[in-house]
Amino acid sequence: MAAHLKKRVYEEFSKVVQIPHEEAPAKKLRLSKPSKSAALHIDLCKATNSTDALQYLLHFARKPVETESVEGVVRILLEHYYKETDNSVRLKIASLLGLLSKTQGFSPDCIVDDAINTLGNEKSHQVLAQLMDTLLVIGTQLPESPAVRQRLIEVACKHLSDTYFGVRNKCLQLLGCLGMVDTPLTKDNEGLGISLVPLKLRDVQSIISDYFGDQDPRVRTAALKAMLQLHERGMKIHEIIYDQACRLLSDDYEQVRSAAVQMVWVLSHLYPESIVPIPSSNEEIRLVDDAFGKISHMVSDGSWMVRVQAAKTLGSMLQVSPQFLEQTLDKKLMSDLRRKRTAHERAKELFTSGEFSSGRKWADDAPKEKLDTNTVNLIASGACGAFVHGLEDEMFEVRIAAVEALCQLARSSASFAEKCLDFLVDMFNDEIEEVRLQSIHVLREISTHITLREDQLDTVLAVLEDSSRDIREALHELICYTNVSTKECVQLALLELLKNLNKYPTDRNSVWKCLKFMGSRHPTLVLPLVPELLSTHPYFDTPEPDMDDPAYIAVLVLVFNAAKSCPTMPALFSDHTFRHYSYLRDSLSHLVPPLRLPGNGLDLVDSRCGLGSVESAQLFLQQSLNRVSTIQNLEAPGAQDLLDFTIRDLRRLGELQTELAGAADFCATYLRCQLLLMKVVGVLSILEETYKLEFLYSGLDSRQVATIHHVRLQAKALQLILTARTRLDSLISSCEKFLQDIESFQRLFLTELPHLQDSFVDKLLELMPRLSSCKPVELVKILQTTLRQSGLLQLRLPEQIHRATATIIEPTGESDNPLRFTTGLVVALDIDATLEHVQDPQNNVKVQVLYPDGQSHVIHPKPGDFRKPGPDRHRLITQVYLSHTAWTEPSQIEVRLLLAYSSSSTSLSSPSKLGWSDSIDSLPTPETAVEGTIPFSKPVKVYIMPKPARR
Amino acid sequence: RSCILVSIGGKNIMLDCGMHMGYNDDRRFPDFSYITQNGRLTDFLDCVIISHFHLDHCGALPFMSEMVGYDGPIYMTHPTKAICPILLEDFRKITVDKKGETNFFTSQMIKDCMKKVVPLNLHQTVQVDDELEIKAYYAGHVLGAAMVHIKVGSESVVYTGDYNMTPDRHLGAAWIDKCRPDILISESTYATTIRDSKRCRERDFLKKVHESIERGGKVLIPVFALGRAQELCILLETFWERMNLKAPIYFSTGLTEKANHYYKLFITWTNQKIRKTFVQRNMFEFKHIKAFDRSYADNPGPMVVFATPGMLHAGQSLQIFKKWAGNEKNMVIMPGYCVQGTIGHKILNGQRKLEMEGRSTLDVKLQVEYMSFSAHADAKGIMQLIRMAEPRNMLLVHGEAVKMEFLKGKIEQEFSIDCYMPANGETVTVTTNPSVPVDISLNLLKREMALGGPLPDPKKPRTMHGTLIMKENSLKLVSSEQALKELGLNEHQLRFTCRVQLQDPHSDTDTLHRIYTHLKSVLKGYTIQHLPDGTVMVESIVIKVSSSTEDPNTKVLLLSWSYQDEDLGSFLSTLLKKGLPSGLC
Repeated sequence: MAAHLKKRVYEEFSKVVQIPHEEAPAKKLRLSKPSKSAALHIDLCKATNSTDALQYLLHFARKPVETESVEGVVRILLEHYYKETDNSVRLKIASLLGLLSKTQGFSPDCIVDDAINTLGNEKSHQVLAQLMDTLLVIGTQLPESPAVRQRLIEVACKHLSDTYFGVRNKCLQLLGCLGMVDTPLTKDNEGLGISLVPLKLRDVQSIISDYFGDQDPRVRTAALKAMLQLHERGMKIHEIIYDQACRLLSDDYEQVRSAAVQMVWVLSHLYPESIVPIPSSNEEIRLVDDAFGKISHMVSDGSWMVRVQAAKTLGSMLQVSPQFLEQTLDKKLMSDLRRKRTAHERAKELFTSGEFSSGRKWADDAPKEKLDTNTVNLIASGACGAFVHGLEDEMFEVRIAAVEALCQLARSSASFAEKCLDFLVDMFNDEIEEVRLQSIHVLREISTHITLREDQLDTVLAVLEDSSRDIREALHELICYTNVSTKECVQLALLELLKNLNKYPTDRNSVWKCLKFMGSRHPTLVLPLVPELLSTHPYFDTPEPDMDDPAYIAVLVLVFNAAKSCPTMPALFSDHTFRHYSYLRDSLSHLVPPLRLPGNGLDLVDSRCGLGSVESAQLFLQQSLNRVSTIQNLEAPGAQDLLDFTIRDLRRLGELQTELAGAADFCATYLRCQLLLMKVVGVLSILEETYKLEFLYSGLDSRQVATIHHVRLQAKALQLILTARTRLDSLISSCEKFLQDIESFQRLFLTELPHLQDSFVDKLLELMPRLSSCKPVELVKILQTTLRQSGLLQLRLPEQIHRATATIIEPTGESDNPLRFTTGLVVALDIDATLEHVQDPQNNVKVQVLYPDGQSHVIHPKPGDFRKPGPDRHRLITQVYLSHTAWTEPSQIEVRLLLAYSSSSTSLSSPSKLGWSDSIDSLPTPETAVEGTIPFSKPVKVYIMPKPARR
Repeated sequence: RSCILVSIGGKNIMLDCGMHMGYNDDRRFPDFSYITQNGRLTDFLDCVIISHFHLDHCGALPFMSEMVGYDGPIYMTHPTKAICPILLEDFRKITVDKKGETNFFTSQMIKDCMKKVVPLNLHQTVQVDDELEIKAYYAGHVLGAAMVHIKVGSESVVYTGDYNMTPDRHLGAAWIDKCRPDILISESTYATTIRDSKRCRERDFLKKVHESIERGGKVLIPVFALGRAQELCILLETFWERMNLKAPIYFSTGLTEKANHYYKLFITWTNQKIRKTFVQRNMFEFKHIKAFDRSYADNPGPMVVFATPGMLHAGQSLQIFKKWAGNEKNMVIMPGYCVQGTIGHKILNGQRKLEMEGRSTLDVKLQVEYMSFSAHADAKGIMQLIRMAEPRNMLLVHGEAVKMEFLKGKIEQEFSIDCYMPANGETVTVTTNPSVPVDISLNLLKREMALGGPLPDPKKPRTMHGTLIMKENSLKLVSSEQALKELGLNEHQLRFTCRVQLQDPHSDTDTLHRIYTHLKSVLKGYTIQHLPDGTVMVESIVIKVSSSTEDPNTKVLLLSWSYQDEDLGSFLSTLLKKGLPSGLC
């Protein structure tokens, strides 16, 4: 039966759809000029039944309406509204009214009255609710007109007693969104007549709070939400609401409880220091403590949504008193009415008594002291054990929220951080990777407050064997920031890290970096370990370790970094250690610090690394640029030489001084463009370089962008001149294109033009009237002269420029084993790369695969493949799929990363959304938009071998 | 052992039908003669509900249904229905085939019994008959464990079975909605314990296993086939996966393989992690855990073996233990409680020399560890459940009396509800306050609506006039006119008349007029008429005045009103008794 009905519905539906289809062309004609309102009117009049009318309205809603015709459309809709008997059509009209009043540039104050009038004789509750919604939209569109708001609020108050929950919901929402923030309603009722006095005597808050006790849970939720809305709009919520909100915490419905948690939280922020009595006792506590206790209670709520909400809110209640805070980690363990020590306490005790490894015995957790039965409060009436519950929750969402809250609270309280450490360390063992990862991150964030004990470190380090790379790396990061207390800890950490290195050789860099920090953090703890670590012996010479062994390098990194702030340490080194030092200092300079080594004749202290060096380098950079600016006065060969040398200098500077690498590189590239221009060679490479300048570097200001564009324009002029020599046929079109380029340059950089005086473009713009009218040949001639006359544009030294870089860590390109796969099938290649200073990598970074036959594939990685381990740093871990026809021999393919750019993205005229409907035709892209890619990583070769398929 | 009889709203329900593992005689099974001395139980029970598959909750089921005789429905969840017969069969084999007992149920009886089982789904409301309905909630504890909400009319009972409020590696936490039952029957195994974090225990366990494996030792974990074994398997499996360990893990006994199969099937009953990841890989399809063969015990190198039974009192676990006990690199981890007298209990208490049968002794050199992985709710969990369900009365079962006493005190103090803890065979009666549903005629309601305020407040009682008709087992509230019509009765007028003596020197007509004006000033909003025939009508109340025969100054007022105007009439009479104010003209 149901199926039959459904079929009939579909039949009817499809029948109706066909009518507008047939009429579509005719309608379009009408739409073009005599406004939409007329068309709509005709349509609506044509509609014979309600289904038809509904179809027309739906169809109508898909098209945007011009601002000027909105009012007309509204009138027609209203007219039809009064005539219409069908509820669904009226509903649709009401919703359309709301949509229309959102139209940009249209002020809906003229339709307020009509909209309110429609409420008067509406019988259907659904339509009423929709109308209230429309009024809400109108009200929010008119924030500057208190009179209208006042009226709307009155209307809302009147309909609050409706029997349908939807209407009450909307009314409350309206009150929440429009209720007067600054003036309570009581004050302004003198001016507005007496008719509404009974309502007006009370302010919005008390009206809304009446509905906290409504019979419908949806209305209760709406009331709470409305109150929160008031708070968001800056109204100060009364303290009396607190009691009511607390009562709602034990509501039967989860959405009410969830909103109530929020409400209580808001109030605890507003009145943290007020005093509230504890029921059933004479004591009083601060409101924020009370709220904290109540929300903690909600962490063991029946609904997980509420638990998540409660756990999240706990994190931001920083004003709570410490004794309450610490209770959240205490479950009060009991066994057979006696107090039992927690496992953590036991562990601590065992640790302090020095018999840690003995493990637990049967019945050693037997209860000790007898507890008074009355003092044991089983159910946490306060904040008892909230986090213990939260961290053990069934749903990982709750656990994550609890971990985050712990983090926030621990960051503001060192003693709490110390206490929650055990729990966080426990979370490293969670079954869901996300939670483990999150807790590692959290521990890192609070690591300034804590020092790990040996047993805790042990647990932390156990995670190093995790097979997930993310976890291991997060842990390395954590170890970088961790303080440990004893030399055994350092040794333990080193051992575990070496084990990790052995098990996962790909972690090499990360482990080394980790040891670097470890060493520089704990020089005194490393000192006693040095002889053992370097396996030196007081009497015997020990064999020289293998210099290429990553584990040995790891040990050296640790020792050298510790030695940096511990001058006595180098005395313990043996000869080969010094040799290894100088080797590593060169090959892994980012990991090995400069050391002052005594009595060796070699002064290895690096002169480059003083404090003043950055400034001196900066000075040098500036001077180089100044020197270049004098280039105009030089003869051509001299000028070219000067540029050559400057470029060389800058490049070297960039290598030496990492802080200035971006700026130096940028200048060098710019000067290279100039040099090429001067030499009149390689037009295409100049263009390419200008795109690199524009998109590869971040932190450019508009002046620099203008300079870059200027160079590009020069290059284009040059290109035009060169074209004119060879191919005359396409000259006219390229001339036109060039003129367009000039215009768009002028448009884009209008504000920068004054700075570009006496430049190429300045001269061109002077000649513009002539240019646009003259013949192509003439134009080329003019260009030629101006180009020759125009000098080099002074580049302002960029302040903070960073070059986007990418390094492919994996594949390493060292493998001699080809990756074999069957032709026609795909093979996945793991790619792991770090990106620095790349903006919006999710959209811009692509992977290119170049096959030996010249085929190239560009692969766009998924947004989820990018992680962000730090500011301005990204990590791409993705898989690309390779496939090819059969080869006879294995061969190498190249993999590299590309940075995609599109010149339209920088253009200042951003396309704005036109109307409210979703069917706007896509805007014509600016004709000047150039899209392309810049390779910005070193290519890596991968050896592959597609085998022919076996039949 | 659990076996509870509940009589509610005229229905008799048996909750669980467990057996006692400690006895080998008749005390093993519940005493069904309590229900009836002779004959079958079918006539006395409306249904039987089994909460989960542990034998102390379902062990006596075939005995009851086949040997004592019961043909009514038996309710259990799908996983319980699947696993229960395996366990019963295993149990039967041990008692009958090994111990050679007679007078025990047969395989056929188990099968027949299972045919009577009706499966339940979570949160599915099942109508047992017209009035009795039951609904199952998730209980944690073991796969398929359920709490049941039993409802007859407005009375309801929740029986928890065994449950666990903290999730573990393979099961979630128990959950119930705010059903506000009249009685909540809860287990109370851990009435006085609040356990510390599960994670600590897990971490300790994993660390110990890991260390032992790294040393090259062998680890023996004696377990019972179902429940904890699966949790520990998952724990080790994921740990192996995460840490990329290679040492083999073995699992003994064929019974478990069958059961594991069901664990794989009933994914919806497991916890969030397993439910979310089973599309990629079913967590119960163990990669590292393989079936054990007797010969493997002698293999060199590290390994982990799960073996049954859990207390090292017999079987495979004991055999392996004997083989490995001599090497201090090896380790045995006891994941649960051990009964006194078993080898497990002895070694946990630190005994290092064991006497074996045949007067040989065994030196225990291997490390012995204890770790409690128990899936019962602790005191805090029980309190949490009470808070979730908000029962009106509480009943504690399945625990030790002393501990229950403590918890009882706590519950009464914390929630101020009555708490009972009956001993075996004891009956507790709880009076409920059942609400009786009454049909009300729409007309009457509408009339009431028209009279009353804007919105009926559901939280406040409200009085109204009407006639209650009890007819053929149904209650109806209708207006009195309709009642008369329906019952075919004539309406009788009931009038009250009353005389009020009044000292008034005026003439009769004047007095009447004075009364008229007086009432008019007092009763605003009522229609008051001065009729020409010498009466005053207030609504339908008639007032007449006549002079007393003895004293002309004493006027006698005659008031007459009908039953419907009782309120107004009595008000008037008291008003007039006070006399007329002197200021009237």
